[in-house]
Amino acid sequence: MSRITSVKGLLLAGSLIALSAAGSFAQELNLYTSREPGLVEPLLQAFTADSGIKVNTVFLKDGLVERVVSEGASSPADLLMAVDAGNLVDLVERGLTQPVTSEVLNTAIPANLRDANNEWFALSMRARVVYAAKEIGLKEISYDDLADPKWKGRICIRSGQHPYNTGLIAAYLTHNGPEATKTWLEGVKANLARKAGGGDRDGAKDILGGICDLAVANSYYVGLMRSGKSGDEQKAWGDGIDVILPTFKDGGTHVNVSGAAVAKHAPNKENAVKLLEFLVSDEAQKLYGEANYEYPVKPGVALDPIVASFGELKVDSLPLADFVKNRKAASELVDNVGFDN
Amino acid sequence: MSGSTTEKAGRSGLALRLSGALHRRLTLPPRPAGGVWFFVILAIAALVLAPVLALLWQASRGSVTLWSHLMGSVLPHALGQTLILMGGVGVLVALSGTLLAWAVTAWDFRGRRLLEWGLLLPLAVPTYIVAYAYLDLLHPIGPVQEFLRQMLGYTSPRQFRLPDLRSMPGAIVLLSLVLFPYVYLPVRAMFMTQAANLLEVSRTLGLSRRQAFWRVAVPSARPAIAVGVSLALMEVLNDIGASEFLGVRSLTISVYTTWVTRSDLPGAAQIALAMLLLVVALVSLERWARRNQRYSVNAQRARMIEPLLIRGPRAWGMFALAALPMVFGFLIPAGYLAAEAVQRFHTAGLSPQLLREAGNSFTISALATLAVLICGVIIACGARLFPSHALQIAQRISGLGYAMPGTVLAIGILTVSAGFDRSLDAAMQSWFGVSTGLLLIGSGMALGYAYLVRFLGIASGSTEAGLTRFPRSYDHAARSMGRSAAGTVFSLHLPLSRSAIAAGGLLVFVDCMKELSATLLLRPLNFETLATHLYGEAARGTYEEASIAALAIVAVGILPVILLARVGGQARRRAS
Repeated sequence: MSRITSVKGLLLAGSLIALSAAGSFAQELNLYTSREPGLVEPLLQAFTADSGIKVNTVFLKDGLVERVVSEGASSPADLLMAVDAGNLVDLVERGLTQPVTSEVLNTAIPANLRDANNEWFALSMRARVVYAAKEIGLKEISYDDLADPKWKGRICIRSGQHPYNTGLIAAYLTHNGPEATKTWLEGVKANLARKAGGGDRDGAKDILGGICDLAVANSYYVGLMRSGKSGDEQKAWGDGIDVILPTFKDGGTHVNVSGAAVAKHAPNKENAVKLLEFLVSDEAQKLYGEANYEYPVKPGVALDPIVASFGELKVDSLPLADFVKNRKAASELVDNVGFDN
Repeated sequence: MSGSTTEKAGRSGLALRLSGALHRRLTLPPRPAGGVWFFVILAIAALVLAPVLALLWQASRGSVTLWSHLMGSVLPHALGQTLILMGGVGVLVALSGTLLAWAVTAWDFRGRRLLEWGLLLPLAVPTYIVAYAYLDLLHPIGPVQEFLRQMLGYTSPRQFRLPDLRSMPGAIVLLSLVLFPYVYLPVRAMFMTQAANLLEVSRTLGLSRRQAFWRVAVPSARPAIAVGVSLALMEVLNDIGASEFLGVRSLTISVYTTWVTRSDLPGAAQIALAMLLLVVALVSLERWARRNQRYSVNAQRARMIEPLLIRGPRAWGMFALAALPMVFGFLIPAGYLAAEAVQRFHTAGLSPQLLREAGNSFTISALATLAVLICGVIIACGARLFPSHALQIAQRISGLGYAMPGTVLAIGILTVSAGFDRSLDAAMQSWFGVSTGLLLIGSGMALGYAYLVRFLGIASGSTEAGLTRFPRSYDHAARSMGRSAAGTVFSLHLPLSRSAIAAGGLLVFVDCMKELSATLLLRPLNFETLATHLYGEAARGTYEEASIAALAIVAVGILPVILLARVGGQARRRAS
């Protein structure tokens, strides 16, 4: 019985391979992405319309690195797309990427937003901001203020172990050192209105629900809500809160990126580079704003009006690569102070 | 029904063969384990064991420095939370599942038939969906509290709001609401086919109905309760989404954090394997505790319980009470999803993509369920036909995949499948100059393999539970009358444990539909399922965009529930 099944399976697999091989004569490229399909899809459609290159995708989330490592030299992956600078650096450190020499990319992306050896490139930015209840009329706040006892029982935040938060904490750590960071985290923890958890958008909902006055979250969630794309109810949520761009003491606003790297064994490297170059074109950079309310990496590209309404973004000067090194230490500090407990 | 089949076969064959065959077999020592069976079962066990070994290898590459950090600041809290969560869910599902099973088998009242299958419906709702639905419904700005505020004359949630659902008690109740059918299903099957004889005896000996329940029905259903509770608890261990929503920091979340946030896969594998040891220890303890007990009835034909007819207010009360889990575990979350989906449908319409995803989910789950059932039956029947230590161990191994968090197990499966694919690719290239690419992963077979590893325990466990009810003398009779091992399986085991196998198949199918971790990690390019689509939206916090997909997962999950209800109904009609 099992022999029959396996023979059938082999035949089936064989025919599938034949099919996929037949398809590979056309121009195509294989994209492994840990960005959600809903965000990447509009960009890819524009790319295919523009270039005639078909993009095959698989959305992988947390297992991106493991999948590419395991597939080794047989991997069909051409381009690896990920959120969070740390994940991009991970790809390089695991030896899964290759350098790309492209004048287009080097001109479009500022040097602090790409790898020194051109192994990864940031494609969009998002700021870690503070949402505030309209009625408290807050105008400005620093990340340090979040630990101020006057906010006791008034702050909502997702798990301290989420990459968006470990990124922020790692940056704080790089600015202020471990002792001060621990004290700060303990302070923030003491101010929480509820256990750390849920998603960034829950922060906005909980403010409206009267559970907290402040929530730490990514900038684009507000855009998604305010645009009314997800219905009138959410538009009301988005309009019910203020967005404040906090800063580090003597620094700017914490920013993280989404980006991509060409896979080491990419069978269609040329096409992968074409997609990368397309993604930093004015058209695509504008789409990042329109589809997901992110900040463009390319200087001079107009912001989406909703994004622009948050105020002028003053990006913290700390290079991405610097705070990425402290991610693990940040994650351990989160455990040590029992931030999520 | 099946009892009579064997009897007939027995009577016709008996006279002819008794003198020769029976005599020969009775005088010879028991035959050694059948060669083919032995190797097939060991091969299946090896397939399940491979990813666990791969994880062991991963774990061994890491340092143990992680543990001092874990011991200091993570484990005490995470372990405590996990134990409270499992304890709470365990008690709730054991009580509710058993009482509900008793209610619909021991009593007859208006609406009982509806409940019999209606109580299975919560199975179709994944834990993360039920958590999401209730969080939205009961949120201070959700419909329930808004209504309450209007009734009480408050204008803002800042003036009045209910306690937050995001808490340990909230998590226990929500998870139990959708996990109790794991207990209800096998226990009801047990009550239906086995308890009748015992109960009649107990009643003639003067026990009241209530006493009969506690002193006869419950103890005799203990294997089924144990199987059901352990399945439910493993679902709890596997859950990440609901815990994340509800702010419960379980061990599974620690595994996940270690892997994702600290990029420490070896460390994550170490914690996962430690958890596996814990689970194996618990399951072994339960088995050891009932080592000296036998749960089969004697060789007489099993009969159904004669339910007690009740009417009037008592019947209504009974119905209302027993319907509560169905209402809260299915109707409310599904109704909420339906309302969201309708709204979504009006704004965005139905994408053709969704139909393709539904097709993908259904096809891969159906194929995998078939493979899982075949392997499960081979293991359970083989281990029964040829009792030996080796096969018993193989049988235990087949359950390992279900006892590990799916996220981590998926990496083990990835390691094995990709390793195979790469070796094959390299070999084919060097011998024939052709590249086979990624055979298992590229064709989706790796996904089928993952479902097999993950859910084989359900199929083999439920088949085993089905067979345990029947004494081995059945097997001896069949074998002594010259039936081959395979013949015994087809003419005896399969008919006897048909409803148990169907129940197992249902659970496997629904679990495949809901499965996320392995599906996300192992699927080929351009292959989305309903679950991965839903996750993609959930990951960026836009659930409502996926409400149609979520509803579709639930809807597809209902199909096998109906199918199973029909199989159960037929069995019942034939028996009576």
